[in-house]
Amino acid sequence: MSARVEVGPLGRVLRTLHLDGLLLLGIGGVLVMSLLALYSAESQDLREVLSQGARIGVAFAALLVLAQVPPQWLRTAGPFVYAIGLVLLVAVLLKGEISMGARRWIDIGIRFQPSELMKLGVPLFLGWLLHERPLPPSFPLVLGTLVIILVPATLIAVQPDLGTSILIVLSGAIVIFFAGLGWKYIAAAAALAAAAMPALWLVMHDYQRRRVLTLLDPESDPLGAGYHIIQSKIAIGSGGLFGKGWLNGTQGQLEFLPERHTDFIFAVIGEEFGLFGALALLALYLFVIGRGLVIAANAPDTFTRLLAGTLSLTFFCYIFVNTAMVMGLLPVVGVPLPLVSAGGTSMVTLMAGFGILMSIQTHRKLVAR
Amino acid sequence: MARTLRIKDAWAEQQLFFARVLVAVAFVVVASGLIVGRLVQLQVVEYDYYSQQSSGNTIRVVPVPPIRGLILDRHGRTLAENTPSYQLEITPEQVPDLPATLERLVAIGIIAPDDLQDVKNLVRSRRKFDTFVIAERLTDLQLAAFAVQRPWLPGLEVQARLGRRYPLGPFASHALGYVGGISADDMKELDRAAYAGTSQVGKISIERSYEPDLHGASGHEDVVVNAHGRRIEVLGRTPSTPGRDLLLSIDADAQLVAENALAGRRGAAVAIDPRNGEVLVFASVPNYDPNIMSAGIGRRAYAALQEDIDRPLFNRALRGQYPPGSTIKPMVALAGLHHEVRRATDRVWCGGSFSLPGSSHRYRDWKPEGHGSVDMTGSIEQSCDVYYYGLARDLGIERLGGFLQQFGLGGNTGLDMAGEQGGLVPSPAWKKTAFKSRANQVWFPGETVIAGIGQGYLLVTPLQLAHATATIAARGQRFEPRLVRGYRDPATGATEYLPPRPLPPVADQDPAHWDVIIKGMEDVLYGGRGTARAIGAAAKYRMAGKSGTAQVFTVAQGAKYNAAQVAERRRDHALFIAFAPLEDPRVAVAVVIENGESGSKVAAPVARAIIEAVLEPRT
Repeated sequence: MSARVEVGPLGRVLRTLHLDGLLLLGIGGVLVMSLLALYSAESQDLREVLSQGARIGVAFAALLVLAQVPPQWLRTAGPFVYAIGLVLLVAVLLKGEISMGARRWIDIGIRFQPSELMKLGVPLFLGWLLHERPLPPSFPLVLGTLVIILVPATLIAVQPDLGTSILIVLSGAIVIFFAGLGWKYIAAAAALAAAAMPALWLVMHDYQRRRVLTLLDPESDPLGAGYHIIQSKIAIGSGGLFGKGWLNGTQGQLEFLPERHTDFIFAVIGEEFGLFGALALLALYLFVIGRGLVIAANAPDTFTRLLAGTLSLTFFCYIFVNTAMVMGLLPVVGVPLPLVSAGGTSMVTLMAGFGILMSIQTHRKLVAR
Repeated sequence: MARTLRIKDAWAEQQLFFARVLVAVAFVVVASGLIVGRLVQLQVVEYDYYSQQSSGNTIRVVPVPPIRGLILDRHGRTLAENTPSYQLEITPEQVPDLPATLERLVAIGIIAPDDLQDVKNLVRSRRKFDTFVIAERLTDLQLAAFAVQRPWLPGLEVQARLGRRYPLGPFASHALGYVGGISADDMKELDRAAYAGTSQVGKISIERSYEPDLHGASGHEDVVVNAHGRRIEVLGRTPSTPGRDLLLSIDADAQLVAENALAGRRGAAVAIDPRNGEVLVFASVPNYDPNIMSAGIGRRAYAALQEDIDRPLFNRALRGQYPPGSTIKPMVALAGLHHEVRRATDRVWCGGSFSLPGSSHRYRDWKPEGHGSVDMTGSIEQSCDVYYYGLARDLGIERLGGFLQQFGLGGNTGLDMAGEQGGLVPSPAWKKTAFKSRANQVWFPGETVIAGIGQGYLLVTPLQLAHATATIAARGQRFEPRLVRGYRDPATGATEYLPPRPLPPVADQDPAHWDVIIKGMEDVLYGGRGTARAIGAAAKYRMAGKSGTAQVFTVAQGAKYNAAQVAERRRDHALFIAFAPLEDPRVAVAVVIENGESGSKVAAPVARAIIEAVLEPRT
């Protein structure tokens, strides 16, 4: 077993800190690409890169802390995290700060989006719920989990933040999926979702409908809603195989590309580093996800398995939704590219998630004993 | 518990989980394949298309600003022109340390310390790769200072551009106005495409009112720029359309005479050609230097102008509202004739005061001992107040006010300049709406009495008074006053003159009636007891006029004004209206001097000087 293998000094440090070297390697690779792309997207302003570095530092501290927490503690905390998140979500709706037309932020000492807490709160609570119960879950249990998922999702959707709401639903669905939900339920849910599309269309805001329509025909509104998609497709497409070179992307450097340091940073990477650069980033991501799934497979009990699997697969979903959006395959929903887009809140949540993964991996033997 | 029916089977659950992980892996592989497929589609299959689109993006459309139209006076003298000036332009993305750069510009005297925040706000509001002006009209000293510091100021360029210059300086500033940087508010009213390359827009007076004519339209150049936005090649050019030159009716010589005669005072003088409504003189003092305003006046200097007790930025000719005083007596007399309330020969005894029946209040004449027996002509000549107290009472406020409105009082004259104030001709109906308390809404007979001598609520602007005077001179014929009488095409030099715009004439068309009041106004200057007989002497033509003195009700209050200033502002306003030559009037003028005390002694000489300048040009 790996525990018997001789480890060098680095390995000892990692083990003492409850860190997973392979996961760190993958994350570090993604972060390096992120900083390179940010430096280019921020008009080569080193200060922006440094401030993103500082945010990474804070996020890494969260990772370090969570890696030390034994998974059983997390399980016990699950219901409380969820409950606190729910209270904060209601508070945001009642008296949150409005920014860019949406009420998403709350000021509790620091400005913070409670919906981010829910990204961890839902899997933690569901993991706690399913841990002691026989799997696959019974039908009443599945109904219960649906309520747990849909209450926060609805609260977030009315902020309005449809992107995050969908991601919360996804993370909850993934937990149930890993819990072994029967295929007939999954098929039924898929059918129901397809049937619900028209209803969803009716409750969407005008700007959300416009984004969907724009996806179908971006050229219909080249200076309005279609502008983002058109410019980002041009950026990626003109990158070709090898890209225009770092700092040489005309789309990004001449500011044709909007939101290029946040939601659309994948277009900067595609333009400057080309197909190979984009594939390299994807490979790093897949390495991280693969490692996460291995940790999940090795996890000792139901709670840790469900949590590790969900964190890994949710991470992939973020990547897929963002890249598909930037390449014009999905409507523009405000989902950043995980670990790469500038911004602090989602970075902390993600790194906290990786901290949990590392905790699950490194506390394994203790549990086994 | 229901749960005990199913026992947790750890091994089976682990197998189930492994199966699900495999499904997840399959999903990840398929979805990643989708991403890779899309990348390949965009970056390999459709590469040529997007590559072309991308280079298409590097063609920029650069606007070419039009040349602003000139403003010329009626004799072709230039009042506003365009001269090359140097301005400092910034491209923020090329500036490594913006705050330090701006501080340096303050240190070398290009940006005033007070304006630093404004410049910072401006930079923040523009896109990083745009090039825009942050300082205009650089002096030689500033240019030299910049040249020395140049190596430490990347991203800044000095550009020669055409700037607005007003050769007469402060003269005629209230007629011409000035241009200034385009503000966010201006932009709302402007066509963005037409103003794409323009940095200045008319702010006030003619420069603003004729902005569409003066401005023209921007052209554009299609320029290839490299990845850093630098020009490499010009592909095509659409020239700009220059603005049209404005030909004013203003007579610059007379304008200079008027403003010099008014120098040191607060007031206004307006002269109008009664034959067509052309405005010959449009003076308001104190004036200001539009060159300073157009160069981008500093915040502190602008605040100083605004807070000046003499209010140099206030266009008194257009917006100053004053009680007309006795200057309206000829019009009141005509109303009496028109409504057959008085005959010209009716004589009224003036004993120095007037009382309404059943009231002990005495309305005093300006001459305490009275004028004795006066007829209508004499009442104008001597400005007998008692005559008009009675006449106003007999006319009633409705007929009196209605007649005054026919001369353009109480409403905009229609001058081709925005911002005109309408003055006020009061009526019982007006009073009902103007006052809140019911007690104040009643029209008192005494208010009709004092309206007869141009006091009370009655208010006129100098422009309205000049227009009314021109209407008397033209015996009831009225024309819309205007400052611009034509256009000149800057390319061909072809001129186009605008026809006069007649207004509905005064209802009374009986020449005998007009003869009476014009004789009265002639006697003001030439009669044995005329109030302004000192003014008419030694002129080559005969004039007609009327003096006026208006009581001041409100005085600017406040700690920042000293007692002497306040006391001076309690004095009466001095007014004078006149036209000449008597037989065939070519100029009508109204002069208002705030706190000038005597219409005949202070305002009348100004009117005389203006008439002389118009009728006897030096050239």
